[in-house]
Amino acid sequence: MDYTKDKVNVFRQVDWITVLLYLVMVSLGWLCIYGASYDFTEIDIWGFDTRVGKQLVWMGCAFMLALVSLSLDKGLFFNLSAIMYVGMIVLLIVTRFVANDIKGSYSWITLGSVSVQPAEFAKFFTALTIARYADSYEFSMQNHKKVLMAFLMILLPMGLIVLQHETGSALVFLAFLIPLYREGLPGVFLLAGVCAIAYFIISVRFGETVMADGVTIVGQYAVLMLIILLMCLQLIHCRGFRQEEKWVVSLGAGVSVSLTLLSLYSMSFDLALALSIVCVCLIIALLAMGIRQGISSYMRIAFFALGSLMFLHSVDYVFNRVLEPYQQVRIKVALGMESDVAGAGYNVNQSIIAIGSGGLWGKGFLNGTQTKLKYVPEQDTDFIFCTMGEEQGFLGSAMVIVLFVVLILRLLVLAERQHTRFGRVYGYSVASILFSHVLINIGMVLGLVPVIGIPLPFFSYGGSSLWGFTLLLFVFLRIDAQNQLDKR
Amino acid sequence: MGIRGEFDNRQYLIGGIVLLVAIVFLSRLLSLQIFSDKYKDDANSNAFLNKVQIPNRGLIYDRNNNLLVFNQWVYDVTLIMREIHDIDTLDFCRSLHITREFFDNRMAAIKNRKTNPSYSPYTIQLFMTHLSIEDCGAFRERLFKFPGFSVQRRTVRKYSYDVGAHVLGDIAEVSRNDIESDSYYTMGDFIGKQGIERSYEKVLRGEKGAEILLRDSRGYIQGRYKNGEMDVPSRPGKDLVLSIDVELQQLAERLLKGKIGSIVAIEPATGEVLCMASAPTFDPAIMVGKQRGYNQIKLSHDSWKPLLNRAIMGQFPPGSTFKTTQALTFLQEGVITPDTHYSCYGGFDFGGLHVGCHNHPSPLPLEAAIATSCNGYFCWGLYHMMNSKSKYGSVQKAMSIWRDYMVSMGFGYKLGIDLPGEKRGMIPNEKFYDKYYGKYWNGLTIISIAIGQGEVTATPLQIANLGATIANKGYFITPHVVRKIQDTPIDSTYTTRRYTMVDKEHYETVIRGMRDAVLGGTCRNANIPGIEVCGKTGTAQNRGKDHSVFMGFAPMDNPRIAVAVYVENGGWGATFGVPMGRLIMEKYLTGHLSAESEEQVIDIQNEKIDYGLHKR
Repeated sequence: MDYTKDKVNVFRQVDWITVLLYLVMVSLGWLCIYGASYDFTEIDIWGFDTRVGKQLVWMGCAFMLALVSLSLDKGLFFNLSAIMYVGMIVLLIVTRFVANDIKGSYSWITLGSVSVQPAEFAKFFTALTIARYADSYEFSMQNHKKVLMAFLMILLPMGLIVLQHETGSALVFLAFLIPLYREGLPGVFLLAGVCAIAYFIISVRFGETVMADGVTIVGQYAVLMLIILLMCLQLIHCRGFRQEEKWVVSLGAGVSVSLTLLSLYSMSFDLALALSIVCVCLIIALLAMGIRQGISSYMRIAFFALGSLMFLHSVDYVFNRVLEPYQQVRIKVALGMESDVAGAGYNVNQSIIAIGSGGLWGKGFLNGTQTKLKYVPEQDTDFIFCTMGEEQGFLGSAMVIVLFVVLILRLLVLAERQHTRFGRVYGYSVASILFSHVLINIGMVLGLVPVIGIPLPFFSYGGSSLWGFTLLLFVFLRIDAQNQLDKR
Repeated sequence: MGIRGEFDNRQYLIGGIVLLVAIVFLSRLLSLQIFSDKYKDDANSNAFLNKVQIPNRGLIYDRNNNLLVFNQWVYDVTLIMREIHDIDTLDFCRSLHITREFFDNRMAAIKNRKTNPSYSPYTIQLFMTHLSIEDCGAFRERLFKFPGFSVQRRTVRKYSYDVGAHVLGDIAEVSRNDIESDSYYTMGDFIGKQGIERSYEKVLRGEKGAEILLRDSRGYIQGRYKNGEMDVPSRPGKDLVLSIDVELQQLAERLLKGKIGSIVAIEPATGEVLCMASAPTFDPAIMVGKQRGYNQIKLSHDSWKPLLNRAIMGQFPPGSTFKTTQALTFLQEGVITPDTHYSCYGGFDFGGLHVGCHNHPSPLPLEAAIATSCNGYFCWGLYHMMNSKSKYGSVQKAMSIWRDYMVSMGFGYKLGIDLPGEKRGMIPNEKFYDKYYGKYWNGLTIISIAIGQGEVTATPLQIANLGATIANKGYFITPHVVRKIQDTPIDSTYTTRRYTMVDKEHYETVIRGMRDAVLGGTCRNANIPGIEVCGKTGTAQNRGKDHSVFMGFAPMDNPRIAVAVYVENGGWGATFGVPMGRLIMEKYLTGHLSAESEEQVIDIQNEKIDYGLHKR
């Protein structure tokens, strides 16, 4: 095949919908940064000494990077992924030691007047590696060793980034569970994740509320009831409603309900402790039945419940001992337990005021008082969405959300049409990383998620983040284009 | 399509979660941006600092354009702790003429949240107050050296004269009630509390303006909102010209020194009050600024009640000055003619009732009865009016008509002067007596009202107004103390004539009687060479010593001043009332006092009435 012809064809096969979405978002992002930097005086947009000017340069570089990504051979990414991954790990380790302390974070490498954050690129290399690994012949989600290996590939950079004090960026790596789930990772992992989050929120949110009996803590009680309920549902789901299951389910449900009534209406005792004992009894019963009858699903359900129980009892410890006080406050603020408007809640409060005051039409470009008068913190990076909300109102901010949803769904469609596992896993990784950023960032700005400082893709100021996402996206477009070429 | 496998359905779950999150975000946006106005208000109160512009309060002049009340700038030194840096404290102290110790103490007091609970390093704090322009001058020139400090100016009320406290009134910080009843006011505003300051509050205060400034998150001002497009300029208060003649007021207050009483003078043609003195009084300047609260309490606890404006709040028996109203009523009703003679040998004696009188020829006609202030004459007149069953049918009907006459002359109700707190006095009607005596009463029962005693009471203003009505021969204009309001016509109430029920010719008879009183009757001492003075004394009986009363006007033709003097427990009308009234008229009509009169003023001024120590 003629090389130049191939190249022309590649450009013809690029998914222009995605490219268009990308260009629109990056341009909107630049306008938002302009709005966030504007303080009643004209900004020199071409100068390198303002963030607006710098972002223009970063955008130029990003477009070059996109072109280069499209021009490179797909095989390059496929074959070199392992080497690049190792290189990235080394870079992450080095960064931790050479980086200067910037607002408590050790993730920036300074090169002259430009600072680069390797963590932003780690997502790209990890995505490539995971995709490459999943594409290998003997890979299967049923092979525990392979799954463990994949997890390690994710956890290694994640851990290194945590060491750089970039907890938020590290958290994004959990997004890789989504492509793995798509590839057949047992649903129990996802269920475990959802349960972990739900149990955590319930037990922290209601960890200080006491029930009517004066002893039991609401959070613990609710979680224990959920664990028992889930156990019963899983039993019915896996085995149907037969004799033994009927016995276990009705015993578990009956005892826990009657214990609740007993504590509410006659004597007061620690219901949480009693329910824990019920739980343990049920687990032992299930294990015994599983061993005796050789039914593995009994064992799985028992272990899931056991894990849940242990998780519940470690939440308190983790929350009060492992988490830093500022993190505890952030979580409490997000859960509505504290409204420390002057302190930790200040940022979120001001960001909600900025967005809420935008109304339907917004205050108009450069007319936002919350942002112009610097009430909103970090308004050109993590809180960039506020500028949109305040100045363009509901129409503008809803449009941004819709743009992201369309982009993510488009990426999912593209991923589904890949003929290789490499392409599909990589596509899902890109979509998932974007999704997790949007979820955390906009959720935080809207006061729905604890304050976790990660950028809004394509909008937030910063070269590293823009380049990282550009690379991530355009490499996928290159892979997809090749996929379309090969199909014919 | 790409590769297919057993987990293909999972793509829909993943896509569904993405959509779900988007829906959650969009509904959150809806609830924040569309369904709540709270955040708009929050953003506005964050960003906009309404800098209120307090307008200058209107000035007050007397009728001859003497400035009575004005505003004086005082300066406060303020600071914002957060912005203070690199200050040469010694230089600072020298510029303000304060000691280093004072500086240190003051700074500590500002920062101490116990003494200053509203302290914040970002907001304006008071460092020193009430600096004069001279003290402040040097400091202002060097202000650039002291970042964080600034000078704010505000005004306090100042008075050119120490008289007229009751009329001028005062201003004070608004109370919670004031704020609740008028949304114009906010904490720290000033409002008129007494006198003119209160009754003309809305005219004097002007309208507050607002400058809308943009304030950033650190509290710094970043400029004006929309370049001041939305600012509201303040409108200054309007100036007032009073009808009061400040020199006359000074004289009146001098005359009343050491006594309890009041003097009111009115220009009959216009109803303008020329002076209104009430004693005891106080210097209006003590009711300003920080000492106001203290003085207010002190004065309100004073048993002599110096805060009371007796000229409009005191209700006294008008005594013999009231006989003129009776003469007018009897003449109009045809009960008597000017030639009707009644006999009086030491008083009115009928049906076992005795009203004493003094020595004078008898029987006598009306004019002589006024001139000699004969009690018997007016008792007979009232007796005949009340008992004229053929004319009125019943004593109740007669009484009702009598009352209407009194009301038409300005008694029994508030006159409506433009000062707060006016009292109405007392004119009984038939229902009052029916209730009091149970229908069994007649002219004899109530005979003392004929000589301004008994149930009848009036304010000194009403007595002065009676003088003005007689001077005008049948009408008066509601008395008022404000003559002109800058750019605004005064209320038509104060330009409209109010006619009494009595014809002009009868007034002429009474005027002749009052002129005779001055020429050879009870008011001989009211005579001013070259001016035809008319007058009527009063000696009002009460539980203690008699009150000394005088009502008069001058000149007889084209009268320019009507005056009422009321000195509590002053004895005969001729003792204090007559000479005081004469001095007031002389001063106003001739523009000065003769040397002889000046001596008399000093004599009266030094004469103190012993009121004893009892509570009043």
